[in-house]
Amino acid sequence: MQPFRKHQGTVAPLYRADIDTDQIIPKQFLKRIEKTGFGEFLFNDWRRSVAGASEPSFVLNQPAFAGTSILVAGRNFGCGSSREHAVWALADFGFRAVVAPSFADIFATNCAKNGLLTVAVSEAEASQIARKASEIPGYQLTIDLETLTVEDDLGFSSRFTIDEFTRHCLLEGLDDIALTLEHEADIAAYEAKHPVPAAWQV
Amino acid sequence: MAVVIDKLMRHMPRTLFEKIWDDHVITSGAGRLPLLYVDLHLVHEVTSPQAFDGLRAAGRRVRQPLRTIATVDHNVPTDPRPAPIRDPIAKRQIEALEANCREFGVRLFDMESSAQGIVHVIGPELGLTQPGMTIVCGDSHTSTHGAFGALAFGIGTSEVEQVLATQCLPQRKPRTMLIRVNGELGPGVSAKDLALGVIGQIGTAGAAGFVIEYAGAAVRALSMESRMTLCNMSIEAGARAAMIAADETTFAYMKGRRFSPGAEEWEQMVARWRELAADPGAIYDRSMEIHASELAPFVTWGTNPGMVVPVGSRIPDLPPSAADRRTAERMLEYMGLEAGTPIEQIRVDRVFIGSCTNSRLEDLRAAARVAKGYRVASGVRAMVVPGSQQVKHAAEKEGLDRIFRDAGFEWREPGCSMCLGMNPDILLPGERCASTSNRNFEGRQGRGGRTHLVSPMMAAAAAIAGHFTDIRDWRFQ
Ligand code: SF4
Repeated sequence: MQPFRKHQGTVAPLYRADIDTDQIIPKQFLKRIEKTGFGEFLFNDWRRSVAGASEPSFVLNQPAFAGTSILVAGRNFGCGSSREHAVWALADFGFRAVVAPSFADIFATNCAKNGLLTVAVSEAEASQIARKASEIPGYQLTIDLETLTVEDDLGFSSRFTIDEFTRHCLLEGLDDIALTLEHEADIAAYEAKHPVPAAWQV
Repeated sequence: MAVVIDKLMRHMPRTLFEKIWDDHVITSGAGRLPLLYVDLHLVHEVTSPQAFDGLRAAGRRVRQPLRTIATVDHNVPTDPRPAPIRDPIAKRQIEALEANCREFGVRLFDMESSAQGIVHVIGPELGLTQPGMTIVCGDSHTSTHGAFGALAFGIGTSEVEQVLATQCLPQRKPRTMLIRVNGELGPGVSAKDLALGVIGQIGTAGAAGFVIEYAGAAVRALSMESRMTLCNMSIEAGARAAMIAADETTFAYMKGRRFSPGAEEWEQMVARWRELAADPGAIYDRSMEIHASELAPFVTWGTNPGMVVPVGSRIPDLPPSAADRRTAERMLEYMGLEAGTPIEQIRVDRVFIGSCTNSRLEDLRAAARVAKGYRVASGVRAMVVPGSQQVKHAAEKEGLDRIFRDAGFEWREPGCSMCLGMNPDILLPGERCASTSNRNFEGRQGRGGRTHLVSPMMAAAAAIAGHFTDIRDWRFQ
């Protein structure tokens, strides 16, 4: 996993509440069996017409936001389906962080496993960031996971929280499976006391 | 001191969730998240291929193949079987699951199996879902299994790989929410309406970070199938999981199923399961009460499941705050509706009865009772997709398929079907659907499609009337 320490990037505003994973990556693209190549289909139904033409009004299609790496969105971002494809699509497109007032649980977990940082700020802060991102060309944020701060060059600065374990894994780019297997003896001891149900062993 | 605390802890009243959590935490070392043991891991074709790939790349095996069960549901066509899968990419995904299960020794109920079905329908009906278990699946509606007093939640593909490899998951401990439903559901008001009522009341993020425990007379009175509908949709309120303590209804449902405990250990298991109910005086982080008698058959009008109104009312007026107003306007525009329109005047093009929310035998019986002796309105295309092969066969034995077919409904093969439209069953742009599924997001059932979530009875009635109608006024034949 790619570690996350500090990142500065252009902010793209998509300030709507309840953006669900069906919008982030529509189901017609879930049939791939690889982890890569989803960025092309990120927000597909908003980015393209049915015929496949680019929708010029959609934020990610505007030249001003080419190369964006931070998304600012409304509350409950990533709700709905558990599809990790949504995170793969955001990461593959080039996003390193999403800033929003709140995130759906499974989505936030999926992000952490892929080095995509979810930064929860207040509703007022998110709306302020979204406004600046749409009004100020090239508006950037700097997100520092070591100091847990998010700031811009115009005087905005805020702190965010993240649980210590997730922060540690993100900073170091650690693989959860390897960490878990450090507990092999505990797992084996638990399994010895909790055998597979008899009826399942046939 | 440690001993004293330990003693105190043991005497502290605990919630159902806490009992299962405590039973499954293997370690919770400093600076680490608690590591939770997983009793049952359900796998399907869409969220697993990358996980198996990860195992292969790291040279790992599936740690507990007997605790891992796979089926195909999301992609499968619902045409009569055996039928070739025409979509080459879906075919590739289904074949990948077959190859992975063979390679890693995982039990698979494939398209030819008499046990195939939607993963959340077959777990319970095979007796795999049991009280007190921890259950995960790469699918958000895993909360369904909580109906049996299990702790069941959806996970992403990285976590699927983690569970395949280690049978464990590092988990942040969620908070607990008690929802007590008092009184009795009125006639024509189903568990689906209760679920929609809860979401309408607390919102789509109202239970975010929480595990819900449902209690109260109205919940106790629900059948297992209705309890599954209620727990299933709790994810739409943002809940991590939802649970209902096991009771006589649960035990009666489970007894004698293929993977349920056998006769020799049955009594002993039941005695253990009984102890899993919340202790009197257990403390929840949040509690709320709902009066079942105040609920009505509901219909959603917007593009998230919290946008819900009773069938007898109208689409709400635009909210005063500018931001909320924009959101509502956007939804109405997508849905092709106007504020103030009476719900019963909304006409439908399609009707879908199915999905892990409402595709069990009880749901099909309820819908068939409504459809019996009637014809689907002209211009409406209605389909019934049983949740599993077992449901399908049981329904056919009772003649439900004939009632549906005689009324002009399509009777199809089991799968997720138009719940998410990954197979050929989709809405066309602009088509309006009364659906018993769980999500009315933009494009969920097909790009540009307009979904209204309702109960099976309400869906059947809409198919026949051609528009939404209050099931409480229905003339059953
Ligand atoms: S029926 Fe729908 S919600 Fe249920 S598992 Fe299938 S796609 Fe998911």
